[in-house]
Amino acid sequence: MTYWKFTYYNCLALFVFLLSGCDTNEALSLSKKSIIYCSEGAPESFNPQTVTSGTTIDATANQLYNRLIEFNPTDNSIIPAIAKSWHVTRDGKMVTFYLRKDIKFHQTAYFTPTRDLNADDVLFSFNRMSDVTHEYHSVSGGRYPFFQNAQLVDLIDSIEKINDHTVRFRLSHSDSSFLANIGGNSAVILSREYADQLTKLDTKQEVDTLPIGTGPFKFKQYSSGAFIRYEPHSGYWRGKSELKQLLFDITPRDTGRLTKLLAGECDIIAYPIAHEKIKQHPNLILESVTSFNVGYFGFNTSKPPFNDPLVRKALSYAINKQAILETVYTGQAEIADGLIPNSSWAYDSSITSQEYSIAKARALLAEAGYGDGFAMDLWAMPVQRAYNPDAVTMAKLIQADLQKIGIEVDIVSDYEWSTFLRKIADGEHQSVLLGWSADHPDPDNFFSTLLSCASAITGSNRTFWCNDEFDQLIQDALQTNNINRRKAYYSKALKLINQEVPLIPIAHSKRYQARANNINGTVLRSIGGIDFNGVTKN
Amino acid sequence: MLIFTLRRFSLFFFTMLLLTILSFSLSFLFPGEQLVNLTGQINASPEQLAALAYEYQQQASLLTQYFSYINHLFHGDMGYSMTSHLPIMTEILNRLPATVELTCVALLLAMFVGIPVGFCAAIYHRKAADNIILAIAMIGYSIPVFWLGILVILVFSIQLGWLPSAGQISLLFEIPHITGLQLIDILLSDSEYKWQAFQDATRHLILPVIVVALAPATIFMRLARSAMLEVLDTHYIKAAKAKGLTFSQIIYRHAMRNAVIKVIRDVGLQFAHLITIAMVTEVIFSWPGIGRWLIESIYQRDYTAIQGGLIVLSTFIFIVHIIIDFVYAALNPLAREPNNGT
Repeated sequence: MTYWKFTYYNCLALFVFLLSGCDTNEALSLSKKSIIYCSEGAPESFNPQTVTSGTTIDATANQLYNRLIEFNPTDNSIIPAIAKSWHVTRDGKMVTFYLRKDIKFHQTAYFTPTRDLNADDVLFSFNRMSDVTHEYHSVSGGRYPFFQNAQLVDLIDSIEKINDHTVRFRLSHSDSSFLANIGGNSAVILSREYADQLTKLDTKQEVDTLPIGTGPFKFKQYSSGAFIRYEPHSGYWRGKSELKQLLFDITPRDTGRLTKLLAGECDIIAYPIAHEKIKQHPNLILESVTSFNVGYFGFNTSKPPFNDPLVRKALSYAINKQAILETVYTGQAEIADGLIPNSSWAYDSSITSQEYSIAKARALLAEAGYGDGFAMDLWAMPVQRAYNPDAVTMAKLIQADLQKIGIEVDIVSDYEWSTFLRKIADGEHQSVLLGWSADHPDPDNFFSTLLSCASAITGSNRTFWCNDEFDQLIQDALQTNNINRRKAYYSKALKLINQEVPLIPIAHSKRYQARANNINGTVLRSIGGIDFNGVTKN
Repeated sequence: MLIFTLRRFSLFFFTMLLLTILSFSLSFLFPGEQLVNLTGQINASPEQLAALAYEYQQQASLLTQYFSYINHLFHGDMGYSMTSHLPIMTEILNRLPATVELTCVALLLAMFVGIPVGFCAAIYHRKAADNIILAIAMIGYSIPVFWLGILVILVFSIQLGWLPSAGQISLLFEIPHITGLQLIDILLSDSEYKWQAFQDATRHLILPVIVVALAPATIFMRLARSAMLEVLDTHYIKAAKAKGLTFSQIIYRHAMRNAVIKVIRDVGLQFAHLITIAMVTEVIFSWPGIGRWLIESIYQRDYTAIQGGLIVLSTFIFIVHIIIDFVYAALNPLAREPNNGT
């Protein structure tokens, strides 16, 4: 019948219309004003004080919050944020912060601030972490890993409110990495007023799940394990974002993230695969930053033959770092010239990596009296880390390299990670492949942690190298706040490491990100993950 | 008609009985504590467990335990998910509508494409068109769904960039959950971007629907073809031809209706097949439906979710099956009253 025919074709026509008919200018408006970031995992919390995981820091720290001071994204120097200025006394034991007076907290469906940020909020945020009797200390488990690892609890004697916009920290001793720690991702400022409201309602745990901060974006919605929806904070003190929405699409599978990027469902993706494919694509950009980390080959300097600096130096000539870079890091890293990456202000370009030279290595070995070679063990860490994605393969490459100068290497890798760490802290190894990811960009975080005499006792110095001259240099560097003098001290320290070779720095790994080319602004930071402040879309 | 209805209901009753017995016995067969498997309370304290044991009549005979389980089911209590710790019922109600939307649109597409194409094949019986359609049907039926899904993503999402590859709607749009059926929720919402959202949701629907619909569509093609051939071979068609009716009059007035009825009888059976395909498709396209949830639960050994999902999904298939039976009976007097037409 004609009627039947008519409806059938009508349906088809309607369907085609639906697909093509609505492609108007208006259709572009919402997606033009929103950015979808495909992240690699779900955040554990919305308060970076309580975590150290990179995924959570990415999703929260720079988006929702501000710190007293922050880092300049280009050279990682300290810049003002909530504190418009600060003053450190000559003995370095008193640090006074002068707060801005125009900082507004987020206004959301669950909280309306009645006042701007003041000293009470700063006190609340720090006391929550340092004071075990604080009413919010044990909410969400009472663990503040960054604050506790950096030993700020011991360093900070007290925090005083001088007036509504001045806060003074009294320190137990001078420590020039203190400012870098205060600028770290986890030292965010929360709202005291919001906490008081939650106390009244008896819903304290919401302080970490329904966040209120001062950052460029405010929390709108979180669908567990699926997505996070942020909106711009209209009263943001650095100026309101031009975006209408910022979305985190949680996509754990790397192939899924790549597909979404290619199909235009994500504007930016974290940790992309198929770098060549992205580089070839006309509308996509691949970006990378060198992270603040280092993968190294360390010697146990308390055991022969590595108590002899000549032997260590000989080995440093025998390692082919370029081959390791290509095989183990698949090119996603740069060769480490020294202990610290070149994005640090303390980096000294005059200090370069030891060249690869079998002849020099043999000569030095002969000079040390090991012309016939020897046997050694090499402990390879059993887990994957950004600074060393495959320690066992790296160990095999080093084994082959050292065979050329007559050294037999026995690879040890069959311990479980915690046992492994305990045994090397006890000094059972002769040499080890390990690494370090910095908590904040202050260079001291590398030097003191990895090579000081004190850390040889606490266990984070796995080389057991204790050099008085080196210790004096890094102590002196901490005593002063003059950046040029600090730089000079660290330069000397780097030269000393190059002479003494307690460890051979191998590589600083890179972090990658891919984005559509209509996104403007820098998202990826070398420390502190990602930051959408000032990012726009064409 | 009464007898027909009663027969369907008794079938429904006994199938549900068997299903619930199966689901109940699964809690014994899965590893771990039976009570924990049944309720999903993996972190319960001994006191809570004792209270649950009382609630589920654990001290009584197996039969009483079974009835207690049925009682809980009737009150919508299927326990808690072992992974998300949310009630299974909430999880299912959040996800079932997405599956209903996907499968119903796919079923309609399969019927609206498959049946007319099948009729064409029958009309051009043993000609080139018939052979081509049969070949296409064979290929379409033989393509594994997981491969087809990845292929269409590769071509239409990655290479051409025309259509999205994952999810039900872009995250840009905030659509309140009212019925759970995305397209209807969008129309009900008062968002200023309603039409953009509707268009976006439709674009998200296209690829998964095509993937789900392909295999059933090819089956409908073959069913429609043989039904039409059968009808064209009947005496009343021959009589119509003898009366001098044109070919299109014969097809549209006499053959089509009778052939369609024969095909509709099999739609219910095909629906179960379609759900299986939809489960795989949901995983490939990250469709937030019950199939993907059930497959994830299997991976995560979430026994309570597996039992609940099994019951709900089979009930859903069964209800659709019965509805189609009624539609068939309404269209075909022969089915409801054996006396008619003899």
